[in-house]
Amino acid sequence: MIETTPPDATTHAMAFTPEDLPTVESFFKPHRIVLLVIAAGLIFCIAWFMRWDWVPQYLPRLGYGIVVTLTMMFSTAILGFLLAVPLGLVQVTGPWPLKALAKGFCTVIRGTPLLLQLWLLYYGLGSLFPQFPAIRQSFLWPYLRESWPYGVAALTISFAAYEGEVMRGAFAGVPAGEIEAARAYGMSRWTLFRRIWLPRAIHRALPTLNGETVLQLKATPLVATITVIDVYAVISKVRQDTYITYEPLLLLALIYMCLTGILVFAFRYLENRIPTRGA
Amino acid sequence: MADPVSLINWSLLALEPPGWGGVLLRGLMNSIEIAIGGYAFGLLLGIGGACGKLYGGPITRDLMECYTTIVRAVPELVLILLLYYAGTDALNSVLGLMGIGEVDISGLVAGIFVIGVVQGAYTTEVLRGAIKAVPAGQIEAARAYGMSPTKVMTRVTLPAMLPYAIPGLSNLWLIATKDTALLAVVGFSELTLVTRQAAGSTKSYLLFFCAAGALYLMLTLVSDVIIKIIERRARRGFVEQS
Repeated sequence: MIETTPPDATTHAMAFTPEDLPTVESFFKPHRIVLLVIAAGLIFCIAWFMRWDWVPQYLPRLGYGIVVTLTMMFSTAILGFLLAVPLGLVQVTGPWPLKALAKGFCTVIRGTPLLLQLWLLYYGLGSLFPQFPAIRQSFLWPYLRESWPYGVAALTISFAAYEGEVMRGAFAGVPAGEIEAARAYGMSRWTLFRRIWLPRAIHRALPTLNGETVLQLKATPLVATITVIDVYAVISKVRQDTYITYEPLLLLALIYMCLTGILVFAFRYLENRIPTRGA
Repeated sequence: MADPVSLINWSLLALEPPGWGGVLLRGLMNSIEIAIGGYAFGLLLGIGGACGKLYGGPITRDLMECYTTIVRAVPELVLILLLYYAGTDALNSVLGLMGIGEVDISGLVAGIFVIGVVQGAYTTEVLRGAIKAVPAGQIEAARAYGMSPTKVMTRVTLPAMLPYAIPGLSNLWLIATKDTALLAVVGFSELTLVTRQAAGSTKSYLLFFCAAGALYLMLTLVSDVIIKIIERRARRGFVEQS
């Protein structure tokens, strides 16, 4: 029997999840009002005494950067999830060579930093490809010369590896009785997978999945190191152009906090819409 | 197009100066040092944070909540940049006000500080969950024996929460080792940056990045073995869940 690690143990503390949001009733208390006033004063000081005159000039580029960041996050999360389902499934039921392969893939990707994987793909493969005339003449070459495919590939692989572990636990955790019942109904393997096993596993993995997506958002600024122009790269450009150290970084932190907040609120809304019965 | 085996120039990984192996190993040592230092610093912050969140007054609790929320909502890369520049600047201006004059803060100390602050927020959450998992009766019993709050903490709460905290804490250690790679962006010569320099000057990118990946993987696997041993020791006397 495969051991089932609680999926929460890997990500719960790392990502800001819907359970961490306060409710409106519990939020307003006397001491909070004092703290809010102090916070407002602090924000006023930051807005008044620091330099923000560069913001209007860079606003369109910032918007473009945010769009790139969000596109990166959603596309890689979706692609990564599509990869994670077979990775998790193979580790639970597959024949041993496939099982070992999937396990090895997850271990290697989870055991090395994302930045290194990104640079391995971009500098390593990127310097290898031009040596092959076949690749230079293929229709893929215009894309392979850009930097974003490498960013998408690295983020997708990393998401798939982390999520593959989660899906393994989720697939293994679906009660055997439900699968036996489906088999007793005479469902074929594919129908069983599509109707019972996958939906139940996704349902179990959903809270962790949300946490992983927030983590994915936090991983996207790394692609700026391989010259993809996301919001982080725009802010770096501002810092180089204007020689201002802190203000752009503070704005960047604020942008990411807003994005995380929106994401977490959306997930809370979605989670509340999905009916749960029992445990 | 030459055949692929001769493309790999293994002598580049030699430990002596013409090869870059020694440089890579020094980078790995730097990474490990920062990971250990940052993890220890984060553990201290985490214990303080968890106690503040569980036993502190309403204002302490809210401030801790702000700290953990901000750190968990902002990418590590941004936090590292912010803390790296802000931390060194703030320290220098404080020292300047005290009339000591500027000091040159080593990259090692700054790196440990940055990783520690990031880890501290996660550790706070892990420890808070673990302390809450300790049966309340045990803490009440300790109080009934007349132990002072510090004694309850050191004799009962901290040892009893350890088995619950170890999965989260070991996970954080693995994250700490990988987060050191982010310090490459601020120019600290740890393994990832050193690898990139080596690869850039020899043009054999694939070889060096794979070598660095193998080193990181080795670090993770060795850590895994040690974590398993610690976990087995901490879970003595627990009923094994099958």
